Amino acid sequence: MNRRFKSLAATLSSVLLTLFGLTVLTFLIGRVMPVDPVIAAVGDNAPEDVILRVRAEMGLDQPIPVQFLHYLNQLIHGDFGMSVLTKNPVATDIVRFFPATFELATAALILAALIGIPLGVWAAVRQGTFTDQAIRVVCLAGHSVPVFMLSLISLLIFYSWLDIAPGPGRQDIIYDGMIDTVTGILTIDTLIAGDFDAFWDALAHMAQPVIILAYFSMAYIARMTRAFMIDALKGEYVITARAKGLSLTTVIWGHAFPTVAVQLVTVMALTYAGLLEGAVVTETVFSWPGIGQYLTVSLMNADMNPVVGTTLLIGIIYVGLNLIADILYRVLDPRVQ
Amino acid sequence: MVSRRNFLIGGAALPFLSYINLADTVFAATPKDILVVAQQLDNMTSLDPHEGFEAVGGEMISNMYEKLVRANSDNPNEVTPVIAASWEADADSKVFTFKLGNSKFASGAAVTAEDVAFSLQRAIKMNKSPAFIINQFGFTAENVETLIVAKDEKTVTITTEKPTAISFLLFCLSANIGAIVEKKTVLENEVNGDLGNAWLQKNSAGSGSFKLQAWKASESIAMTLNEHGPYKGNLKRVIIRHVVDPSSQMLMLQKGDVDIARDLTSEQLKVLQSDENVVLVRKQIASLMLISMNQSNPNLAKPQVWEAVKWALDYDGIQKNIIPLTHAVHQSMEPAGFPGTVMDTPFQKDVAKAKALMAEAGLADGFDITMDHYSAQPAPDIAQAIQANLGEIGIRVKLQSAENRQVLTKMRARQHEMALSAWGTDYFDPNSNAEVFCINKDNSDDAKKKPFAWRSSFKNDELTAKAEAARDEKDPAKRLELYEALQREFMHNSPFAVMFQNTKTAACRKGVDGFQLGVLSEGNSYLGTSKA
Repeated sequence: MNRRFKSLAATLSSVLLTLFGLTVLTFLIGRVMPVDPVIAAVGDNAPEDVILRVRAEMGLDQPIPVQFLHYLNQLIHGDFGMSVLTKNPVATDIVRFFPATFELATAALILAALIGIPLGVWAAVRQGTFTDQAIRVVCLAGHSVPVFMLSLISLLIFYSWLDIAPGPGRQDIIYDGMIDTVTGILTIDTLIAGDFDAFWDALAHMAQPVIILAYFSMAYIARMTRAFMIDALKGEYVITARAKGLSLTTVIWGHAFPTVAVQLVTVMALTYAGLLEGAVVTETVFSWPGIGQYLTVSLMNADMNPVVGTTLLIGIIYVGLNLIADILYRVLDPRVQ
Repeated sequence: MVSRRNFLIGGAALPFLSYINLADTVFAATPKDILVVAQQLDNMTSLDPHEGFEAVGGEMISNMYEKLVRANSDNPNEVTPVIAASWEADADSKVFTFKLGNSKFASGAAVTAEDVAFSLQRAIKMNKSPAFIINQFGFTAENVETLIVAKDEKTVTITTEKPTAISFLLFCLSANIGAIVEKKTVLENEVNGDLGNAWLQKNSAGSGSFKLQAWKASESIAMTLNEHGPYKGNLKRVIIRHVVDPSSQMLMLQKGDVDIARDLTSEQLKVLQSDENVVLVRKQIASLMLISMNQSNPNLAKPQVWEAVKWALDYDGIQKNIIPLTHAVHQSMEPAGFPGTVMDTPFQKDVAKAKALMAEAGLADGFDITMDHYSAQPAPDIAQAIQANLGEIGIRVKLQSAENRQVLTKMRARQHEMALSAWGTDYFDPNSNAEVFCINKDNSDDAKKKPFAWRSSFKNDELTAKAEAARDEKDPAKRLELYEALQREFMHNSPFAVMFQNTKTAACRKGVDGFQLGVLSEGNSYLGTSKA
């Protein structure tokens, strides 16, 4: 018990230290970058007296350590500050923008895993054959072609030429303002509202960005799965299983894959974290109002409270997913237990 | 066991299968009574007319609110009555009386003199960024209630501190800071004495063509028809979707998912020029691209160098080759489309003349200099052309590219040597630019006023006096004459090389008529827009 408590305390300390370091770093970058945040608030043409007043209102006339202590005090009270651009508390904005990214990232990860893992396993089993090479090419293309290029090509083909997919945005204009926000996840909110047309519309709008992101992630998952599986297939327990005359399917999925699955947990966690931090380019091309776009717009406009708040959120996501991966690792791997 | 062939076919079909059930639900053309616009909305900060001071927000505000008067797009020397039906000045040009017409707010209530006085007083009391446009007439939070007064239900008087040209006052009142809000609604939503500021940032209480339905930052703005307002077309709603990527805007326009695309690139506009389904609405806007030469640099402080730089630049070549559809050559400090703007373009590339001026300045061997510029196109391409042009007369330019706010921050700290930047005019009067380019009375680092000229340490008392004389001239015709003379002098006798004026283009689908772009963003209007 004592050991477990110590382990938990060590983990929590590490998490808090990481987040504190992240806060310090992001805050400092925001304060020392060569852009005046007041310009974002009042515009370049504002008179000097207004600039001075707003600088004081934003607390930017204080020394940086004082500003930081003030910010920390706010954070401890759950206040991420206000966004200059949206005029909302940053926490409110995050609650609004994050579900869009969550919806996209989760769907993309599920699709990527459903395709990437079998592909990786298949490539490993057929190592060195045409199948393996073909999968390698598909994966390389997914990982090496820039996402904006894939996104634009996808829009051009499926939206513009073939007319089988909707354009950018989260929903068709006729549904604008029709669905009450409950979870922020549009596919769920439309179901809650009982509007199935709106549900299909939301799903259709998700399809392209999800597939693009899934393709990008799938490529990584498949390559990693292949590498893990090749190692696993060399294991003596696999050779033994084969020698016992078990079918190939049983050997692969029953004996080799459980070992691979343990390692894949980390891969999946990092992939998911990467997707959740906001697929900025995909969100931009598909006009998807997610956290990546929020962060980028804030950064470009020197609106630092959202930048620091969102960076902290991303840090928490990374740390959280790593923790979950850690726990799953222990659950899936009896040796660690 | 699944065969390889079946697996491959299945894998290939998967992305397509995902669309099959969905295809029926999409691609409805936009409804006839809803105008859908694709536009970049990412730097909009407030929809309170007495606070918002950037282009996109200004445009939305001007479609939701009316002012006493508005700028006349056909004749920039006049203003058009809007809420005010008529006006007159007293003999001293200090007391201005406005008689109101019959405008109505979106609530259905009539616009009264009390609303007008309250609105202008509110703008002064809040003292947000654009307040200087009207507080330059001597209004302060303390005196405004005695200087702007509702005399009866339909009469308002405005008393200025000093005798004022009525044209100057009217032009300033045509800016969004002069927007009239409904006093009752605003005060009902006041919190902690903020005069309804927090509420109006995301709501509307005006008498313009439309009223705000919803603003979702970084997503969309929806406006619905003000049934009591001036709009007479067939639109019931205008929805502006935040679409960042110009390529996405273009595809959506071509597919009919949006009716107007607002931020297309030069290359895309070239393609659309020959598209019969698209009509391009173009307008020169009040945004100038210019080179500033910081006077704290001894070489750049020489008037011969100012002239040499201006004669070395290949204005026409840059315009034709780099920015044919987005900018026009323009060399005056006042933008085309403004009252009294001089359209002369006295400078063209003349290397021999420029070299002679360099020699006259004692700099025949040239000098090294750094030029900051925005990193977003077309600034880098233009900066490179300038670098080549100035290289021909011995000025060796080192380019420094940065995000535009970074360049502006550096200029505001007077840390640049040369800078290629843009300047957008604040309000529809020649004084707006004349003041920032010519009137710099205190050139010290801690000056209370830091106009654009101050940023480059440029102080010329003679120009200052002339700009003030033009501003204060009460005869409108003579006033414009003074501004014309001032512009010509500024062209030759200042360390600012004005090069181009920006042109905005809105690409409208065929059937969308009457959308108007203004020289200022607040002139971008859906008032006459209809959709077939």
